Amino acid sequence: MGILEVKGINKRFGGLQALGDVNLSVAENTVHAIIGPNGAGKSTLLNVLVGKLIPDSGSVMFDGQSVLGRKPHEINQMGISRVFQTPEIFADLSVFENVLIPCFAKRDGSYKLQGIGAVSGHGDVHDMAEAILADVNMLDKRHMIASSLSRGDKRRLEMAMCLVQEPKLLLLDEPTAGMARADTNNTIDLLKEIKEKRDITMCIIEHDMHVVFSLSERITVLAQGMPLVEDTPDNIKGHPKVREAYLGEAQV
Amino acid sequence: MLGLNTRDFKLFILVCVLALAAPFLLNPFPTASALGESFNAGYPALMQRFVIFGILVIGFNILFGLTGFLSFGHAAFLGVGSFAAVWMFKLLSYNVVPAIILSVIVAGIFSVVIGYVALRRSGIYFSILTLAFAQMMYSIAFSDLAGKMMGFTLTNGETGLQVYNDDPQILMGPDSPTTPHFFGLEMNSQFTWDIGGWSFVFQNGYYFSALFLIAAFYLSIRIFRSPMGLMLRAIKSNQTRMSYTGINTKPYMLAAFVISGMYAGLAGGLLAAMDPLTGAERMFWTASGEIVVMAILGGVGTLIGPVLGAGIIKYLENIVSKINDSILHQWFAIMPDWLDNVLVTIIHPFIGKGWHLTLGLLFMAVVIFLPGGLVQGGEKIGELFRRKKTDDAADGAKTPAE
Amino acid sequence: MDAFILQILNGLDKGSAYALIALGLTLIFGTLGVVNFAHGALFLIGAFCAVTVQKILGISFETIDPTQTDFLGNPLKVATPYVEKWLGTDMGMAIQDWSVPLAIIVVIPVMFFLGWVMERGLIKHFYSRPHADQILVTFGLAIVIGEIIKAFYGANPIQTPAPSTFIGTVDVGAWLGMDPGSVAYPTWRLVYFAFSAVIIAGVFAFLQFTTFGMVVRAGMADRETVGLLGIDIDKRFTFMFGLAAAVAGMAGVMYTPILSPHYNLGMDFLVLSFVVVVVGGMGSLPGAVLAGFMLGILQSFASMNEVKALIPGIDQIIIYIVAIVILLTRPRGLMGRKGVMEE
Repeated sequence: MGILEVKGINKRFGGLQALGDVNLSVAENTVHAIIGPNGAGKSTLLNVLVGKLIPDSGSVMFDGQSVLGRKPHEINQMGISRVFQTPEIFADLSVFENVLIPCFAKRDGSYKLQGIGAVSGHGDVHDMAEAILADVNMLDKRHMIASSLSRGDKRRLEMAMCLVQEPKLLLLDEPTAGMARADTNNTIDLLKEIKEKRDITMCIIEHDMHVVFSLSERITVLAQGMPLVEDTPDNIKGHPKVREAYLGEAQV
Repeated sequence: MLGLNTRDFKLFILVCVLALAAPFLLNPFPTASALGESFNAGYPALMQRFVIFGILVIGFNILFGLTGFLSFGHAAFLGVGSFAAVWMFKLLSYNVVPAIILSVIVAGIFSVVIGYVALRRSGIYFSILTLAFAQMMYSIAFSDLAGKMMGFTLTNGETGLQVYNDDPQILMGPDSPTTPHFFGLEMNSQFTWDIGGWSFVFQNGYYFSALFLIAAFYLSIRIFRSPMGLMLRAIKSNQTRMSYTGINTKPYMLAAFVISGMYAGLAGGLLAAMDPLTGAERMFWTASGEIVVMAILGGVGTLIGPVLGAGIIKYLENIVSKINDSILHQWFAIMPDWLDNVLVTIIHPFIGKGWHLTLGLLFMAVVIFLPGGLVQGGEKIGELFRRKKTDDAADGAKTPAE
Repeated sequence: MDAFILQILNGLDKGSAYALIALGLTLIFGTLGVVNFAHGALFLIGAFCAVTVQKILGISFETIDPTQTDFLGNPLKVATPYVEKWLGTDMGMAIQDWSVPLAIIVVIPVMFFLGWVMERGLIKHFYSRPHADQILVTFGLAIVIGEIIKAFYGANPIQTPAPSTFIGTVDVGAWLGMDPGSVAYPTWRLVYFAFSAVIIAGVFAFLQFTTFGMVVRAGMADRETVGLLGIDIDKRFTFMFGLAAAVAGMAGVMYTPILSPHYNLGMDFLVLSFVVVVVGGMGSLPGAVLAGFMLGILQSFASMNEVKALIPGIDQIIIYIVAIVILLTRPRGLMGRKGVMEE
């Protein structure tokens, strides 16, 4: 029994079958990659997991509880965090304020009327935020406005914002898309470091095979909305079906 | 001090001084002089407007400045507050305390309902929804539809609502004042201090309102600096990240909407306390537009901006509407006649009844050239000076919201 | 039944005006992505073009007619419009009588020009700014335009009558085979409706059947791709702004005999037109037209005495109630596209 159990998910957009009977089981404390050609339904699946889309049928269980029908913020409070393709951060706020917000969410839940005490009065939250910034080596940039950060630092900041909530499952949506080789490698190192330091399950959607094979312990291949194979990276590498899915049209 | 950091505390003291010393500050010229007649603004009726609209715009800024949700119907809450207050005068007595309490509560109730509905949409849809609600309430008040439905006079339609002799006023004793008062302290009684050519007027009503302004300003600083203020700014910055951070944005938004609606209700109650009558025109959408103009002019999302914006607009309105051609001719008397005439002809459309034209142009100029309002303009000028003094380029520690 | 038809007819003229303004708003929004709060002001300028044309045609010189005397016995001053002097009395009078329809000829180039100036001079600089800024700057512009008109023409409504041929009513009831006189409808309102229908059809045909229109529609759907094809889409969008302005202007000209224009007219219509656009669905041209007529007719039904007896004053708030209900139940409006301005 994995921490995330997806059973029989179907999702249609008009005439298009975006997801057809998708089953997925992600074991706790592993890095699980979901790969597949464009239009395979990876992003749709991710959006189902975070509550942005509601599937036509099927079930999604996380940590023994159903995820379906819950709002994104409720799912987050259950312990699922998401990293976006382009970092979604609070661009107008300072780096420190960026991490303060998830710290408050971690401490107080999805909504708490705080009264009108100053932010600086919440010492525990401050310590939490400082600790995580130190963790990702960004403490010296704490006063910078987030929009002025470099792309790599924005990614770091977003990661820090997710991690401070101590999620059980971290969903990564093409974390290296559009990055230069060096940045990609930095991101891989960052993810490895995170994985080493804490008990966390990661689910990565990725195009870049280099990233996938350096990180993941299990891989699910999606094609045309359906799971094709699920196996270890080594077995996936030479799998004929996978080659066909990626190169199929060219070979015919 | 008072739970504020040094910078905010200075700002707070500044507002206190401005509000309390206004009768002096706004009367810089001898009363009888030509300049005094044109530019002095230290008389109670106008000063009351400065502070009451200041309160209104401070509240509006908590919504628009922090969350970026542009309400185009905020005057509706002002109107509701005024009506509630006048009803308290009619039913109980001229004591302003129950009137103001009820106006804040009623505006709060209205903003809970309207906010709950309108906040289901964002962006332009939110603006139009608030506009639609406000126009609807205006229509209802203007033709007293609610009253007609229930079979009595609620808003008294076009005539407007005021206190009549045959109103119940059950708490009125034989000696009670017949104008709004605070436990006997009449709002419109004043004390004039003549010194030299100046005469300074201190009115109870003004100081009563000014205390509310100070309290409102203090509360707004606390909200800006609180975790809730942080959440609201985060909503403005990135709603997607907000919901994926496990935060339910709706209650925060609604809280901001209701707080700002209650500020408007307070302002409406105070308007009625200064002059115990009201009408539906207070809720018309141009009135809502004026609130937006004040906020933008001062600086949206800044602390002091709304106070400045409200003050400047109301001051200019007063000055510009008073100026006429003969005053202009007086000013330009030293110039040759032809130049005098040319200048007066050019300026003529912008003064007197042309005030709204000036307002519109001013507003456009601010939106085009200075989106951050006067506060941002002031900061830019300040930065220029600072850069000359020190070459220290470290500006990292800038606080986003002043 | 008669009352029913009459109410539908009564709704048509207001509905036509809403539809025309909403059409222009949607054109601008769909092509340029700008929420134009100054669109009501364009309607207003159109209306005052009609007033201006009427005034210009009425410019007179005075002669002293020795044959007539006023009640004090002095010779009477007679004002004769120049058009009557130059073109003969009959022709001159006819031209003055037809000043409103004639204003259409003036208003089209004027509004195109104003629209072009507005887009190139002001709106262009706001494409990359937040929607709130666009709303604010066009709102400011609307105030300025209204006030300029007030400075020139004063605050009072100015009468601009329709040509005398169109004054009076037509017996629509008789056309529909009912008793003569059962449904009498003012002629000019019928003209207004027909005029609007022609304009709306014209705009749709232009977008549907011309290459220019096709490119514009493609640009509305995907601006970047069209730009990549080497087509200067900006120029075409500027033209569409001019067109939208012209449509609003014509709507304004023709509306003057129905409602004497005053400087606040634009704002009154703007608020309602926005409601119309939102109800129809932001960015949908058919939606704007449909919602315009629908709300116009609904409003006229709500102003029936029978309905008003039931719920007093419903006519003044019905549009807002409908708007609120639609926005909450069908957030995209009746015919809105997915993803238009949702965040």
